[in-house]
Amino acid sequence: MILQKGDPAPDFELNATPDQKLKLTDFRGKRVILSFYPADWSPVCSDQMSLYNETLRYFHKYNAEIMGISVDSKWCHMAFGQSRKIHFPLLADFEPKAEISKAYGAYNEQEGESLRALFVIDEKGIIRWSYLSPDGINPGADGILDALEEMSSVKS
Amino acid sequence: MSKLRMPVTEQDHHTGNPKAKIILVEYGDYQCPHCGIAHPFIKRLIKEFGRELFFVFRNFPLQEVHPAAMIAALAAEAANLQGKFWEMHDIIFEHQDSLSANSLLNLAKALGLKLEKFAKDWESKEVISKVENDFEGGIRSGVNGTPSFFINGNQLSSYDESYESLASAVQSLE
Repeated sequence: MILQKGDPAPDFELNATPDQKLKLTDFRGKRVILSFYPADWSPVCSDQMSLYNETLRYFHKYNAEIMGISVDSKWCHMAFGQSRKIHFPLLADFEPKAEISKAYGAYNEQEGESLRALFVIDEKGIIRWSYLSPDGINPGADGILDALEEMSSVKS
Repeated sequence: MSKLRMPVTEQDHHTGNPKAKIILVEYGDYQCPHCGIAHPFIKRLIKEFGRELFFVFRNFPLQEVHPAAMIAALAAEAANLQGKFWEMHDIIFEHQDSLSANSLLNLAKALGLKLEKFAKDWESKEVISKVENDFEGGIRSGVNGTPSFFINGNQLSSYDESYESLASAVQSLE
């Protein structure tokens, strides 16, 4: 089962580019959307990442940054990100393979790929919403935005 | 199954019978080849279902993958301000392989639009916010790609890029 609302989000330090690593704790004070997906280049993933490219400004309205995560390497992510003009970080959960995907319960052992799972993490690093999508289905952005909106209204 | 969160209003581009029992909403992108495939299906639906159907088109331009999608959507909205939304909508889809600022201007010319007004409206705040509102409403309704259809408020998952799949969904509500 994937991690649920209320669980602390496991920290990570992963390559976002060949020479830059990102840590979850770098984002304290911001909300973070983690989008685990099976693989660069496969059709549904590409649509999903392209969609988030277009919804970045709606996420930013809620003080949230999105990051994609898969087990692809930093070089693969670089080529994929350039090809699709992705404007947010794609993290390489590559070595040890899928360590972070497993920590979030978002790993498919049979395929050796991350599951298609979404997590919305609050300013203090607590998971506030999570969702596991069927592999072949692009979950869209409505669930993420609903979760971000609810967090804002609870706070105020 | 996602629901249409933004109710259909007078501000929507619509065609067909406003009192029809069946309301079909499409979220589309003028440069998306799949929307190009769906375009003649919609024309045929409107023809075959006549007064039974009310059709609404909303913009969902995916700008990063389709660099001309946004300017095309804005062009159709600018044409709307001269009462020619559907004419522009149709002609853009008919020329979707060659969309650019120049070609869109030529299409506006071909429709006999007043070009000075068109050029001004094309980049006006009013027109931009119309397209952005459509897009945001689509996102909130779970639109994850184009074309996405909603029939009487429910997202249509059975569309398989055939006319029959659309027609049978409409028929089932008749």
